[in-house]
Amino acid sequence: MKLLVCISKAPDTTSKIAFTDGNTKFDENGVQYIVNPYDEWYALVRALELVEANGGTVTTITVGTAADDPTIRKALAIGANDAVRIDAEPTDAYFVAKQIAEYAKTNGYDMILTGKETINYNGAQIGGMIAEFLDQPYVSLAEKLDMNGEVATLERMVAGGSEIVEVNTPFVISAAKGMAEQRIPNMRGIMAARTKPLQVVPPVEASLLSEVVSYELPPAKSACKYIDADNMDELVELLHNEAKVI
Amino acid sequence: MSVIVFVESKNGKVSKASFEAVSYGSKIGEVTAVTYGEVDASSLGEFGAKKVLIHKGLNSPNDQQATKLVVAAVTETGANVVIFSQDQIGKAIAPRVSAALNAGHASGAIEVPKTDGDFIVKTNVFSGKAFAYVKLNSEKKVISLLPNSFSPEKSEGTAEISEVSYDLGTAGITVKSFKSEGEGIPLPEAELVVSAGRGLKGPENWGMVEDLAKTLGATTACSRPVADIGWRPHHEHVGQTGVAIRPNLYIAAGISGAIQHLAGVNGSKTIVVINTDSEAPFFKAADYGVVGDAFEVLPKLNEALKKFKAAQ
Ligand SMILES: Cc1cc2nc3c(=O)[nH]c(=O)nc-3n(C[C@H](O)[C@H](O)[C@H](O)COP(=O)(O)OP(=O)(O)OC[C@H]3O[C@@H](n4cnc5c(N)ncnc54)[C@H](O)[C@@H]3O)c2cc1C
Repeated sequence: MKLLVCISKAPDTTSKIAFTDGNTKFDENGVQYIVNPYDEWYALVRALELVEANGGTVTTITVGTAADDPTIRKALAIGANDAVRIDAEPTDAYFVAKQIAEYAKTNGYDMILTGKETINYNGAQIGGMIAEFLDQPYVSLAEKLDMNGEVATLERMVAGGSEIVEVNTPFVISAAKGMAEQRIPNMRGIMAARTKPLQVVPPVEASLLSEVVSYELPPAKSACKYIDADNMDELVELLHNEAKVI
Repeated sequence: MSVIVFVESKNGKVSKASFEAVSYGSKIGEVTAVTYGEVDASSLGEFGAKKVLIHKGLNSPNDQQATKLVVAAVTETGANVVIFSQDQIGKAIAPRVSAALNAGHASGAIEVPKTDGDFIVKTNVFSGKAFAYVKLNSEKKVISLLPNSFSPEKSEGTAEISEVSYDLGTAGITVKSFKSEGEGIPLPEAELVVSAGRGLKGPENWGMVEDLAKTLGATTACSRPVADIGWRPHHEHVGQTGVAIRPNLYIAAGISGAIQHLAGVNGSKTIVVINTDSEAPFFKAADYGVVGDAFEVLPKLNEALKKFKAAQ
């Protein structure tokens, strides 16, 4: 089995969110980057488990600059065989998906896995776009994935519950919680990652269909109103007359 | 401007999020709603749709066939804006449609776009910790609207309903079965949510959370550790790595308010926090705070609400 896992970096979940240059750029000052949790905990780890059980290879792919290499090495330390970096700023989802789809087209994979979304842009776009570019089925928000030869059985989140679906390779998925347990890279993995192949590939032409023109922080919350624990009638009254939510 | 809105249904009923999307679309241009299967589309006109196209032959909105349906409708109507609800189904289809149409995609939209000059959409980013203004440069544009971020408006209108039948090819995915989370409103759509965390000490204590939710007609949620240890089902886990919600009311009992938890709930209009620790970080994000023991406060709140409901 040949698996391709899309890996993106994301600011650590405790990062302070701020902007610079007249609110047009994310302020990277003091920000630690991690592998986007959905890509790492779920997509990558499940891909590794499948290959451990059935044989095959796991390649990671990232659209980014050399600044992304530490994130890519982390994914290699967790166990991916090799990595590809398309050497370009990941300007928008369409651009990123186009790059990955073009690479996948020439190299052929049984399955492409993405995380369900990145925790910075929450776009949930890349997997679906890749699937459309490759004309393959897309199982979004997959929580479980098992392979039996060329047939995969997946469980995924749908409105009001979950669905069991079947699909034949090749296909694309986005991975959500439940797929796998987080793996902490060990010393041997970290050492091995240093010498695993990281291929840098030039980007293909793709137009910029969307761009962020500015960012904004939400208005500061007004101070919390405290209600005495013995006076729940007052809370109900406030929820009804002041907040008007009940 | 001509606008297509993809309308989802369940058991023949249009979803709440789809009514929001139709109403939102009608603020941008003339809306043609596109839907499938056996569905009662009669009220879409009241939410602002001028036309409804129903593809009866498609029963479940699988990603590939639904994409072909929307693309065919775009071709037929010449629409330049396509709107989805950013829910489970929308997430499967909107990116495909965007790739198929070479259309820029604004995902997580929370306001009607500005269209004087550039086409700019306000979206939720950094798990609700910030907003981004996204400019769409392409001729065709796709917008995914976050559920519960736009209040649908109802008026007198009626829509002209017609059936369509396009060649949708085949579905690559076969649905084998469906497991229901149970009755009640799914979390992403819920307007009232009662949530609890590790402060509740054990799964056996969730009765008081459920009782309160029942009185309110609310959906229940929980913090991540509670789902991880199996006290509650995974679909109740809200936060940065769980479901992100934007209810009108979020009541959190025995949850400390870690930054990753807040990330999934900070879009809530009103937050009530119940915690024994007056220093709990959640109070900083709260509108109303009760410093006290959830084991006492939740039942008292439930009684007060019952009294209020009875008097209504
Ligand atoms: C990458 C990453 C992603 C994460 N994603 C999420 C996420 O999506 N969602 C999420 O929730 N967490 C997430 N977390 C975990 C998060 O950091 C916190 O650990 C978690 O939210 C804490 O859950 P809690 O508030 O239930 O428990 P605790 O932090 O243990 O808090 C329990 C609270 O209950 C209070 N309490 C105790 N007894 C009572 C009582 N009798 N009555 C009232 N109050 C009482 C305590 O004062 C305390 O404030 C993530 C963490 C990481 C590192």
